Amino acid sequence: MRHVISVLVQDHPRVLNRITSLFARRGFNLESLAVGTTHVPGLSRISLVVSGDDHTLEQVEKQLNRLIEVLKVTDHSEPHVERELVLAKVHVAGVEERLAVKDIQEAFRARVVDVAQKSLILELTGDSKKIDSFIEALRPYGILEVMRTGAVAMSRGERTLKVREKREAV
Amino acid sequence: MKGAEALLKALEREGVEVIFGHPGGAIMPVYDALYDSPIRHILVRHEQGGIHAATGYARASGRVGVVMATSGPGALNLVTGLADAFMDSTPVVAITGNVPRALIGTDAFQEADVTGVTMPITKHNYLVQEVNDIPRVVREAFHIASTGRPGPVLIDLPKDVQLSEFTGTFQVELDLPGYKPTTKGHPKQIERALDALEKAERPVLMVGGGAQHAHGELLAFAEKTGIPVITTLMGLGAFPGNHPLWLGMPGMHGTVAANRAIHHADLILAIGLRFDDRVTGKVSRFAPHAHTIIHVDIDPAEIGKLVRTHVPIVGDARSVLREMLKGAKPLKLASWWRQLEEWRTRHPLRWKPRPHLQSQEVIRAFAEATGGHAIVTTGVGQHQMFAAQFFPVTRARSFITSGGLGTMGVGLPFAIGAKVARPEELVIDFDGDGSFQMTLQELATVVKYKLDVKVVILNNGYLGMVRQWQDLFHAKRYSEVYLADSNPDFARLAEAYGIKGVRVERKEDLMKGVEAVLNADGPVVAEFKVYHEEGVFPMIPAGGAAEDMILEHPEEREEVEA
Repeated sequence: MRHVISVLVQDHPRVLNRITSLFARRGFNLESLAVGTTHVPGLSRISLVVSGDDHTLEQVEKQLNRLIEVLKVTDHSEPHVERELVLAKVHVAGVEERLAVKDIQEAFRARVVDVAQKSLILELTGDSKKIDSFIEALRPYGILEVMRTGAVAMSRGERTLKVREKREAV
Repeated sequence: MKGAEALLKALEREGVEVIFGHPGGAIMPVYDALYDSPIRHILVRHEQGGIHAATGYARASGRVGVVMATSGPGALNLVTGLADAFMDSTPVVAITGNVPRALIGTDAFQEADVTGVTMPITKHNYLVQEVNDIPRVVREAFHIASTGRPGPVLIDLPKDVQLSEFTGTFQVELDLPGYKPTTKGHPKQIERALDALEKAERPVLMVGGGAQHAHGELLAFAEKTGIPVITTLMGLGAFPGNHPLWLGMPGMHGTVAANRAIHHADLILAIGLRFDDRVTGKVSRFAPHAHTIIHVDIDPAEIGKLVRTHVPIVGDARSVLREMLKGAKPLKLASWWRQLEEWRTRHPLRWKPRPHLQSQEVIRAFAEATGGHAIVTTGVGQHQMFAAQFFPVTRARSFITSGGLGTMGVGLPFAIGAKVARPEELVIDFDGDGSFQMTLQELATVVKYKLDVKVVILNNGYLGMVRQWQDLFHAKRYSEVYLADSNPDFARLAEAYGIKGVRVERKEDLMKGVEAVLNADGPVVAEFKVYHEEGVFPMIPAGGAAEDMILEHPEEREEVEA
């Protein structure tokens, strides 16, 4: 089963290395990983997409928690918002193709961020399934390049990845 | 003050009295500062010997062991020992030099990515980039190594950082927001555990290395409840090996009583152990009748990792046992004990007597001559299992062996570390001819510091454990296990180092040999030439279950077991 996990970590060198090497050596299946800073200096937040059964997921969380620089781990089983960004460069041979691609762009509410003589770069944000469909829709026109960021996630409502009572929520 | 001196000051503030190590280019500023430091340094002949000695020191004393090495090759020689300490949850701090910061990542002379390499085999590691961070990093390293589930921590120190002027403070506050081990067991879970225990008809208490420091509480709890006690290889000594409540060691080479007790138990109370496959055998067939498994461990990740747990208690063994002791009641286990007694008396640990000298009788002779009152270290192999079976240690921290990683060659350096930690104790290393030869250069360390360790080599001329597996599972195809044609004369080898050498070849000379070892004033290397085709029994084949236990070699079986 697919799980999205958020991990709050201290922003130290090699912390990402610790996490990925943990997945590699314990045989956990990591589908995507996205990292960024937070509004709190010194803290970064990682979104992981992992597949596995309940037992595997329990171990993923527990083993992540063993890492000294990991402050908090949450498996987003509760209602949450999930987004991924994709940049797709599509080959457009002529006017006809350009119009067809534009139809897809409108249907998915994507944006054109670069226009060249024979190619377009489209940008789209959405959950991973939507991105998958978008790429499939573009495929017949000749995809030149695709760059996906991997999913990022956040719980809905009041729930936050709290560090400590006193510290600001992240 | 330079960074190197700040490091030693910080170590002093942690109470470090001794460092095991080997110098080299990238750690020279620290060795220079060591010249004026009150900290004692033990020069080993190989960094692997250094880290194993630090591990032996930690295991024997309960304190943090410290090892030091230079960059690259020196640091990488620590790898096996770090993995060993990691698997057996031993508090060790390793300090390594590194090339100057400007050269990091340039493939400089003696450069290796040591923090990268050791990441999976340390509890945590540091690459110190700022000289003023040294006190904080040392404080954190010792705290992380020695609290929660103990483990090794590595501090990698670039040479220019060691040489930089230190302007910081030693007054550092611990600030590790992601590290807060739970030591106190949840009261509700403890209550559930006690309730289940009271209702159990066939309970067993399984104890691992995580309870070595809780031996007093363990004894009190077992005596109050009357529960049978089983100690794993790592738990040996945590409960006295001569106590009537003790059933022995479980697992691959455990006792019949211990393994049958687990197999038939309706409740298992496991404390400070991680259900290693050498203990459980095939997990799906482990303890099939146990409707309640209570697992006490300080590391939440161990609970439910391999065995289903009904009552998880995250906490320190000592603290949890203290709480449990308050509510514990004497259990009514008369019929269970009748059964256990029957297994115990019908199937004691024994060996088939042969005309030749045998490992088991050598170990038994030392156990009897010392009354079990010694710190025993072992290498890895048959002799290790024989020592575990036939030298019942009575005190905690007195059986020091490589459990998780099974590292050959640890026996002598473990003994060195144990002797440095507890100089007043008799320290015996039971070693194999194969295992001993992996680190025998540390005899030089024994000589240099006049360490009175007794090395007892059970020489069967084989890599005995591999030979045993080849015998049983590979149709006696003894591939590359024969050593006797190239072994040194161990007694003469010892003499070459200036150490007393003893050789015993005949059964009738056994006692003379034991006395020669124990009465020697100073270190001894004694070689006992033992029967070359002995096997360790009982044995549960890898991946088997308690029911698959082999009591003796199939070709030597005299009676059919019921």
